[in-house]
Amino acid sequence: MNSVSAPTHDALTTEIPDYPMSRSAGCPFDPPPELSELRAHAPVSRIRLWDGSTPWLVTDYADQRALLGDPRVSADVTRSGYPHQSAGLKARRAEASTFINQDDPEHARQRRMVTAAFSIKRVEALRPAIQRIVDQLIDELLAGPKPVDLVQAFALPVPSLVICELLGVPYQDHEFFQDRSKALIKSTATPEESVAAVRELIAYLDGLIGEKLAHPAEDLLSLVAEQVRAGELTRREAASMAQLLLVAGHETTANMIALGTLALIEHPDQLARVRESQDPKLIASAVEELLRYLNIVHSGRRRVALEDIEIGGVTVRAGEGLVLANDAGNRDPEVFAEPDRLDVGRNPRRHIAFGFGVHQCLGQPLARVELQVVYSTLYRRIPELRLAADIEEIPFKHDGLVYGVYELPVTW
Amino acid sequence: MKVIIDQDKCVASGQCVLAAPEVFDQREEDGIVVLLAENPPQDAAEAIREAAALCPALAIALEE
Repeated sequence: MNSVSAPTHDALTTEIPDYPMSRSAGCPFDPPPELSELRAHAPVSRIRLWDGSTPWLVTDYADQRALLGDPRVSADVTRSGYPHQSAGLKARRAEASTFINQDDPEHARQRRMVTAAFSIKRVEALRPAIQRIVDQLIDELLAGPKPVDLVQAFALPVPSLVICELLGVPYQDHEFFQDRSKALIKSTATPEESVAAVRELIAYLDGLIGEKLAHPAEDLLSLVAEQVRAGELTRREAASMAQLLLVAGHETTANMIALGTLALIEHPDQLARVRESQDPKLIASAVEELLRYLNIVHSGRRRVALEDIEIGGVTVRAGEGLVLANDAGNRDPEVFAEPDRLDVGRNPRRHIAFGFGVHQCLGQPLARVELQVVYSTLYRRIPELRLAADIEEIPFKHDGLVYGVYELPVTW
Repeated sequence: MKVIIDQDKCVASGQCVLAAPEVFDQREEDGIVVLLAENPPQDAAEAIREAAALCPALAIALEE
């Protein structure tokens, strides 16, 4: 029986495409073209990952939203069948468990310890401080040499300064934590590198939690430390949560600032609309559109089915992995007219760049305000901002869990 | 239109407050949704439908 079924099985599995796929040369802002093909013809279909596993890839918007909101779908990375992005990330997740990779009720219990800090009102109250940070960095840009790398001089410092202020992490340690964060979101990092980086970050944040326990301040890490004192979190859980907040708080926004600026420079008509508008609604719309269009979390939201689920004409079996390609979902023509066109006025509020379901990005209100302040300030204060290199020379983060650019040389 | 919220499901994403700030607010202590108007005026209907559609936790139900 084996001699008959084995070759058939091989023949079938060799047709399963590898994931992630590559973007087209010359189209750095568009998802890989194979994703559009799949979305049109086989929106729920098998892919092959780095470890040889063959989970389901979901490319259309409606099925992704349905699955991300479905309690039969788990984000628990310790379950067998969970489709890890890389060996490095798998090893790192075994090291530090946080609510982003847990299911309810534990997920809700831990998330609710920190949600107050990200409410619309609390984040809106930070807007003047964020504006001051952005203005000061632009003052320094204008006073400094050019060309300059916008990533190091602006895109990374803005969210790093903001999250340090919010958490109560000393910004002077930024080289240490930015360097380790970089290792954590690089899909090519080895398990040893990932584990070393997360251990160093957790040890650092554990030290800070200890300081906050001794000397509570008006910051978010002091609130997390308070949960330790109350017996609601272990020191290890608190330091892991702090590590999650610190890394998530600056890497993603930094990439949206640099890649968003590059996308606007490459679409001068759209850049002009953003630069010349005095309307906060247009700026807010531009932020949503760049989130949709760029969808920097480009390696898919990862889940595992807890029960058999009928979706997109297939049956996903309990224990099978799910990769939800938000980048393809955000270019779904069923939901967004002319999805491949960047139109800063379209306000595509239903995009899934922050994910969907109970795990939708905790920091999204903060990211929105940071990006609104940046996009409404940078191009107005430096109207001649332009690339200081050919776009072909820009190093894109094709190997990153989060997409963006490693460097963005600009001048004016 | 009657608006029903589920505070146990809410994940405090704030999407409803951005969509319909005259109808939804967040608790000071944990950002969980609170309803400012259970039977809101008709001219808020479109914003409320948008809030319900945006809610990632499916915590907003509408009776029209």
